[in-house]
Amino acid sequence: MADKNVVSTSSTTGVFEYAPAPESRSIVDIKPSYGLFINGEFVDGHGPGSGAFKTINPATEEVLAEVAEASDADVDKAVKAARKAYDKVWGRMPGRDRAKYLYRIARIIQERGRELAVLESLDNGKPIKESRDVDVPTVAAHFFYYAGWADKLEYSGFGSTPLGVAGQVIPWNFPLLMLAWKIAPALACGNTVVLKPAETTPLTALLFAEICQQADLPPGVVNIVTGAGDTGRALVSHPDVDKVAFTGSTDVGRAIAKAVAGTDKKVTLELGGKAANIVFDDAPIDQAVEGIVNGIFFNQGHVCCAGSRLLVQESVAEEVLDRLKRRMSTLRVGDPLDKNTDIGAINSAEQLARIRELSDIGEAEGAGRWSPACDLPSNGFWFPPTIFTGVSQAHRIAREEIFGPVLSVLTFRTPSEAVEKANNTPYGLSAGVWTDKGSRILHMANQLRAGVVWANTFNKFDPTSPFGGYKESGYGREGGRHGLEGYLR
Amino acid sequence: MPPGQGSAASASSADFSDITRTAASLRRFLHGLPGVDQVGAEARAASLGTRSIKTTAKAFAIDLAIRMVDLTTLEGQDTPGKVRALAAKAMHPDPADPSCPMTAAVCVYPDMVASAKQVLGDSGVNVAAVATAFPSGRAALDIKLADTRDAVEAGADEIDMVIDRGAFLAGHYKQVFDEIVAVREACGSAHLKVIFETGELQTYDNVRRASWLAMMAGGHFIKTSTGKVQPAATLPVTMVMLEAVRDFREQTGQMVGVKPAGGIRTTKDAIKYLVMVNEVAGQDWLDPDWFRFGASTLLNDLLMQRTKMKTGRYSGPDYFTLD
Amino acid sequence: MSRIDVRKTYKLYIGGAFPRSESGHSYVVNDTKGTFVANAALASRKDARDAVTAARKAFTGWSGRTAYNRAQILYRVAEIMEDRRPQFVQAVVQSEGLASAKAERVVDEAIDRLVWYAGWADKITQVVGGANPVAGPFFNLSTPEPTGVVAVLAPQESSLLGLVSVVAPAIVTGNTVVVVSSYERPLPAVTFSEVLATSDVPGGVVNILTGSAATIGPWLASHMDVNALDLTGIAGDTALATDLEVAAAENLKRVRRAPAAEPDWTADPGTDAMTAFLETKTVWHPIGV
Repeated sequence: MADKNVVSTSSTTGVFEYAPAPESRSIVDIKPSYGLFINGEFVDGHGPGSGAFKTINPATEEVLAEVAEASDADVDKAVKAARKAYDKVWGRMPGRDRAKYLYRIARIIQERGRELAVLESLDNGKPIKESRDVDVPTVAAHFFYYAGWADKLEYSGFGSTPLGVAGQVIPWNFPLLMLAWKIAPALACGNTVVLKPAETTPLTALLFAEICQQADLPPGVVNIVTGAGDTGRALVSHPDVDKVAFTGSTDVGRAIAKAVAGTDKKVTLELGGKAANIVFDDAPIDQAVEGIVNGIFFNQGHVCCAGSRLLVQESVAEEVLDRLKRRMSTLRVGDPLDKNTDIGAINSAEQLARIRELSDIGEAEGAGRWSPACDLPSNGFWFPPTIFTGVSQAHRIAREEIFGPVLSVLTFRTPSEAVEKANNTPYGLSAGVWTDKGSRILHMANQLRAGVVWANTFNKFDPTSPFGGYKESGYGREGGRHGLEGYLR
Repeated sequence: MPPGQGSAASASSADFSDITRTAASLRRFLHGLPGVDQVGAEARAASLGTRSIKTTAKAFAIDLAIRMVDLTTLEGQDTPGKVRALAAKAMHPDPADPSCPMTAAVCVYPDMVASAKQVLGDSGVNVAAVATAFPSGRAALDIKLADTRDAVEAGADEIDMVIDRGAFLAGHYKQVFDEIVAVREACGSAHLKVIFETGELQTYDNVRRASWLAMMAGGHFIKTSTGKVQPAATLPVTMVMLEAVRDFREQTGQMVGVKPAGGIRTTKDAIKYLVMVNEVAGQDWLDPDWFRFGASTLLNDLLMQRTKMKTGRYSGPDYFTLD
Repeated sequence: MSRIDVRKTYKLYIGGAFPRSESGHSYVVNDTKGTFVANAALASRKDARDAVTAARKAFTGWSGRTAYNRAQILYRVAEIMEDRRPQFVQAVVQSEGLASAKAERVVDEAIDRLVWYAGWADKITQVVGGANPVAGPFFNLSTPEPTGVVAVLAPQESSLLGLVSVVAPAIVTGNTVVVVSSYERPLPAVTFSEVLATSDVPGGVVNILTGSAATIGPWLASHMDVNALDLTGIAGDTALATDLEVAAAENLKRVRRAPAAEPDWTADPGTDAMTAFLETKTVWHPIGV
């Protein structure tokens, strides 16, 4: 049902107004409550209090479902199920058979693609255009890619022995995609998993559990334990977990790294970022503006590798900013289920508060704040696309990850100054370079201390392409041949 | 709509006289324009193509698209009879529905202008004539100018010229520029559209350069293709041209129109173009004075979709005229 | 009174269509007990010529698709084969004289082989390609590319598993192929081509000529628009293999030589069958501001 509160941000005054184009919700069948998925079936949770929590639609604040909360005992049960499945079934299964299960899962994801996309948009707040065209297809591709490695591990360069049971904790920004990035390589290599989705976005993980059932995946190979911070802690510190994989904030990543110290647990972390998106004076300017917009406003800026710092060469700064503002005025903020929405809802009240707080700090520190005119709905969590100009490295909004649709704009004069500023951060996840000159692209790529460098593009993901950070953005890689390393010995 | 109105004054050539004075300065300017990244440009055009235009927006877009059609016949086998039938269709596209708007123009070879004019009179549907040794452009300049004058004398309101692609690809930009200026002069009060034949120019960088060259030379419209070469109009090529006219107005205050031609066959395609005009150049271009579709089969599909929106039923080709 | 069956005509598969041989010739195919099964088209040199043309035409499109897309298509072929498993089992029983249970294992292996190769499409580049750390300020990258049109003489005995094992590795990386099927056991190949025709495989990517490797082989081996040659199907025939290798040398085709005897097709194939038909391209680019 279309949300009548949302209106386009387009600055065109009434001539070509896009009528509401809602994607139907009828394809999803959200149950009133969900249990934990352990050993191939849904079971009750025994978390503190009622043992359940609610997940809401951030665009409307409507309650979508009640979700079980996993207690320490539930986590233990899940790890035991994973261990048993590893020892008796999955760890000893020939690669070609594991491959077939993963191919089945990939196929079913394709078959139920629209359903998954709608559910993701409802639970996360991201536009249906993105969940339909980016998230879900990439999820399917990820499972297809790793399915093909299951029976070729001897060619990986990392051995062909799995680790055992993997405990995996994922964030709320790309719920199903982050699940795919964790589960696909783990299973391909012969590991079994216990995965905890984020507390604000559990629903596609739970639908994935149904898909595992449809694929006849042996019980215990995949276990989903829903819950919040306590559940995650119980999982990563469980003594019978051989491998910990975490994507989330640097703070939590740091705590995990400390918690596994002295154990045999292998760990990979994919944490925060404050990527520099560097635009040179000879950039293909219209595509650079698209890249800036894509870099920070795609997925509402809830992206660890977001290009949240625009470093623009001073000689073209004014022109780039004029074009950027003009382009931002055509962004449509609104109902995530409207097919024409470009920017959806902020995932939670907490995240919205954080974005607001840091934006207010940005203003207080003297940066110039600008957003296009936006009619934001009265309920739900919304923030307009925003840029701060005149930002310097010393500003908090140049250093701290905001994780929202907020861009900090700095200038530079020379390539070496751009490198210096880009690298001057504890983070090192990604970077963007915009120039027409090939040698400069390669020079910058060499110099930038970032795990992913996008040249004349941004926010491009592919299952064959390794992704991960330098420095405090974490360690380990997901995707590609390199993505197998973390799941083999 | 009457020809020769609006900002037909040649203020632009005065602004650019330094740039266009010599072959070297013109070349430096054109080669100094920002490049176009092919992958990024095509991705943006494709993304705009995913806009979902429904109900009232779709009805608006269909009617606007009909009003923007330059209904075209450019065949060796054209006869006065064929052209008169086409002209009648342009004035009354849907025999079952008099509320259906007229098209913007009819587009024909110069020796067919008179036949079209006979039927169209002062209905408000313009006559556009291709000229300058269309479609190849391979003839001496005086022949191309005579071709142009011929069409204007016969009553053409608009002239669609082709640039010399050979000269352009050989880097003789000044020659191309001077030819456009000469043709513009031969047009008198008729409006000039400049056809690039983007399929032959191949790169988006070339399309951007051709756009600036044509605009500085005084073209009223820039046009993608003759429709005789594949690929003809595409969304990304048109997008690059829309960016050029937007930037040109930013710099000079002057508007130039855009016309994609050839290969636009369905309402769905046409609507994608209108979305692109809306979000890339802006609302001011959403008007037949500033945006046209060079098409023939497109019109019937627009009529079918228009009918479906009114009746709620899918229609069929039997209900629309083939002219 | 038992039902009179409708018997199938076995034709060539060229350019996505099923023509008869332009020669109008056919030959008798019997099962292993000597009972008549069908008259299969007997491919002529002109059919081979047409097949090479079709393969060349399809090459740009097929090699230009993403690896992911080729993987999806090969996986789809496996899906359709799985769907027709009983038909293939029957074809193998008839052609190779195997007992049902054994034939089932052969068909299963053939389908799994296809799935295995499908998974290589977007991985072979990562395994055989890579950046090279040259001693200078240059970015240097080696990547494999498909060589072009590959002529394949398919194994004589293993008419399905062997066939899949020589076709899949060539096409998964983007090559297009002209295949001469097993002379005495061509029918599984024809059924396989019907699966290809209904599995999103573009016409011309795989072309199957039923007929004689000894007759057609020389025309393919000497064809100047064929880039590579797989002689597996004439295992053990050293004289013919040598002749074909000599003919192939005229335009320096890449040749995969005939083994002494038909190999054990159930063994792990390794990557040779793919790398035999890959070129390595190395690109340099300066690094500087």
